[in-house]
Amino acid sequence: MFEIIGFIVAVLGIIAIAQVVKVYEASSKLKEKDGNDVTSKDNNTQGRLMLLFGILFMVSFVAMIIGWGDVMLDTPASEHGSDYDFLWDVSMAIIIVVFVIVQPILFYFAWKYRGTKGRKATYYEHNNRLELIWTVVPALTLAVLIIYGLTTWSNVMNPDNEDQEPIVVELYAQQFYWTARYAGEDNILGEANVRYIGGSNVVGINDADANGHNDIITRELVLPKGQPVLFKFRSQDIIHSAYFPHFRAQMNCVPGMVTQFQFTPTVSTEEMRRDPSIMQKVKRINEIRSAEGKESWEFDYVLLCNKICGAAHYNMQMPIRVVEQEEYDEWISEQKTFLESL
Amino acid sequence: MSAEAHAHDEHHEHHETFFTKYVFSMDHKMIAKQFLITGMIMGVIGVAMSLLFRLQLAWPGEKFEILNVLLGDRFAPDGVMDPNIYLALVTIHGTIMVFFVLTAGLSGTFSNLLIPLQIGARDMASGFINMLSYWFFFASSVVMVASLFVEAGPASAGWTIYPPLSALPQAIPGSGAGMTLWLVSMTLFIVSSLMGALNYIVTVLNLRTKGMSMTRLPLTIWAFFVTAILGVLSFPVLLSAALLLLFDRSMGTSFYLSDIMIAGEVLPNQGGSPVLFEHLFWFLGHPEVYIILLPALGITSEVISTNSRKPIFGYRAMVGSILAIAFLSFIVWGHHMFVTGMSPFLGSVFTFTTLLIAIPSAVKAFNYITTLWKGNLQFTPAMLFSIGLVSTFVAGGLTGIILGDSALDINVHDTYFVVAHFHIVMGLSAIFGMFAGVYHWFPKMFGRRMNKMLGYLHFWITFVCAYGVFFPMHFTGLAGLPRRYFSNQEFPMFDDLQDINVLITFFAIVGGIAQVFFLFNFFYSALRGPKSSQNPWRSNTLEWTTPVEHIHGNWPGAIPEVHRWAYDYSKPGMDEDFVPQIVPLKEGEESGH
Repeated sequence: MFEIIGFIVAVLGIIAIAQVVKVYEASSKLKEKDGNDVTSKDNNTQGRLMLLFGILFMVSFVAMIIGWGDVMLDTPASEHGSDYDFLWDVSMAIIIVVFVIVQPILFYFAWKYRGTKGRKATYYEHNNRLELIWTVVPALTLAVLIIYGLTTWSNVMNPDNEDQEPIVVELYAQQFYWTARYAGEDNILGEANVRYIGGSNVVGINDADANGHNDIITRELVLPKGQPVLFKFRSQDIIHSAYFPHFRAQMNCVPGMVTQFQFTPTVSTEEMRRDPSIMQKVKRINEIRSAEGKESWEFDYVLLCNKICGAAHYNMQMPIRVVEQEEYDEWISEQKTFLESL
Repeated sequence: MSAEAHAHDEHHEHHETFFTKYVFSMDHKMIAKQFLITGMIMGVIGVAMSLLFRLQLAWPGEKFEILNVLLGDRFAPDGVMDPNIYLALVTIHGTIMVFFVLTAGLSGTFSNLLIPLQIGARDMASGFINMLSYWFFFASSVVMVASLFVEAGPASAGWTIYPPLSALPQAIPGSGAGMTLWLVSMTLFIVSSLMGALNYIVTVLNLRTKGMSMTRLPLTIWAFFVTAILGVLSFPVLLSAALLLLFDRSMGTSFYLSDIMIAGEVLPNQGGSPVLFEHLFWFLGHPEVYIILLPALGITSEVISTNSRKPIFGYRAMVGSILAIAFLSFIVWGHHMFVTGMSPFLGSVFTFTTLLIAIPSAVKAFNYITTLWKGNLQFTPAMLFSIGLVSTFVAGGLTGIILGDSALDINVHDTYFVVAHFHIVMGLSAIFGMFAGVYHWFPKMFGRRMNKMLGYLHFWITFVCAYGVFFPMHFTGLAGLPRRYFSNQEFPMFDDLQDINVLITFFAIVGGIAQVFFLFNFFYSALRGPKSSQNPWRSNTLEWTTPVEHIHGNWPGAIPEVHRWAYDYSKPGMDEDFVPQIVPLKEGEESGH
């Protein structure tokens, strides 16, 4: 039924357009000129529409920031996260300033210089000084952003480990699961390859390598607060990407190689649940969920897959729990080592 | 030149059959129309696909009979979309829009139509290779469309087809025959693109008419010329990447595969690296962005200047920035790979080169705006789309400063923030440029005028809806929502994004339907539109000195000589507000620029 009605509406619509166009062309023929030439009246209308669009564009931009500002990720949960957010804010401030200057000028000019009969445009073909200004100013701004960005990048990618040795955790990706492997007491991961997979050896640890004997395999990621964690990423099948949005961290998991990323969690799950912006978000989301008859939600950090990996890509996740050091020590001591699990 | 002109006069008398005139035509004007119409058909398919997956994103798991009708029981049982076909739809949508619409449809149409006409040539350097270029593109389109009907579904590994996902049918059903056809189609496409690009380069370099020095070329031609160079240098790399992938898929090689266990089986492949593919892919992939964008910017330069009745501001800076962007576009591909595990030092280098591109881009944007300043703007539909392009180019380009910064890319890589960025800066800008080109050169292509009012209606709905679709995606991206998710219902943290998703889908549907105005206007006007005069926009460039009725060889007599640049609009001391390039300098007149 829906299709038939849709089809009829489409046909009638096309006939209607055809009739309007015909009448329009017939009437312009009567006036003895090509109705498709742009008239001063058109320029006035379109110029005004341009100005109106420019204004509405800016108004809706502000409205979106106010209305949707709180859906965005807020308090960072890692040490480098606050540096990341600051660099973000600086860059965003610069581009927003440019945006709210250039866009209105564009639409204002479109309205201001809309064509009128008899007026001649100004013949103005170049101005070296002006062009130099808008080459040099962006160049200087970008120089600042490049230097600042690269400093942050280098700090994030090459963290200083002199004070505190990071604990090593492997994240192992496969369609469509995450598995964590803690390096154990020796803090060294045992050698691993897909060729060793079998039975309870789900990530393929080489049992001939003694370093792997005390490795600990879990389906949940528990991290101690304030302790740097060096993640090593592997994949069993295809490319996945470990995305930790709350920690401002992401790294691809590539079959055949080991990639890495290090960060220090600074806010425990419990603390984050008491964060005002998170509390507000949880409240808002639970209102939506209760309206849909879904169970209520409690905030948890989560690890997502962020590289297209197949049918269940959209549901490849792993909960992350950041806890105090003592709780972590207790939790890890309860886990079975690789040797024990065999 | 006169001997050649004579030869063409004789040629003109030749009897043309239906086949040589409309099908296997070697005339650049007909080939341009063939590219355009094929591109439009592919565009309808690509846009329709995006509407289907937008339905799923706004109302996940909801039953839509139309999905069942279009996708069948296999991919949408009871009208609920299957996750695999969702990935197939986003993959083919991306492939079609990037390559078939915005590369072949845009460059193929306007390079073909305008290069000979604007430089004063009878035709392309090789009409035969030009014809082959179209037919390879046609074959490529047919294969791509055919791949939609493969039993296991079309390619579904994303338009970037990263292996091993694209190499292993065990990983996703679309990586079977669907992926093979995708690779075959792209191989044909690359051949077509190379033949086209070589022709464009040779024609621009060798067949310019007397007086048409490189510094008098319209900016359209500069853009098409540099685009063709980019294509010739980068597409072969994609070809090699695709061939190696074919070997890995069918002949057991290990260029991209290593240490893989899939479907409970360890593969014998050893020593390859998917990152190698990413490097090869993006070595094309990034110049490709400018292969799409530069022609649109070239068209905009021409349309804005003509309809502002003013010279384009800073012609030399415009040419310089095209060249700078083209050069830089070859050394920035790594910014797609900041989180692939590539060396962080390389990341720094790519951040540096990437952010440099913002400089020539800023120059272009400011020069467009200055061209409008104190103009006498004539709001043709083409002019509206060009102004729309400047707006989207600025809005989308600015977020590139965020994404090109390796440190900031970490947390927004592959999220909807990226989707918003590249759709606005590349998708919208290029499609607006293409619309501007169609509205502006329609009288040249068909000798008739498109309807103005439908054009206005088309622009305003499209412009509002385009921003309505892509601007909100910045916010869902900043909430951490990854792209290519079939649904965001599995993460309660994204539950408050559903309203935004519904809004986006609403704008997408309205904007999609508004394209009917364009399609109707296009086909109706091509057949029944009012006849155009020879130079309807009062433009300076050479194509408007040819007769309205197309003739083989373009000019009935000798090719006109060029005496000035293309942008003498509203020149003081002249009677009219335009001075065509064929008008000799007056006594004592200073040649512009």
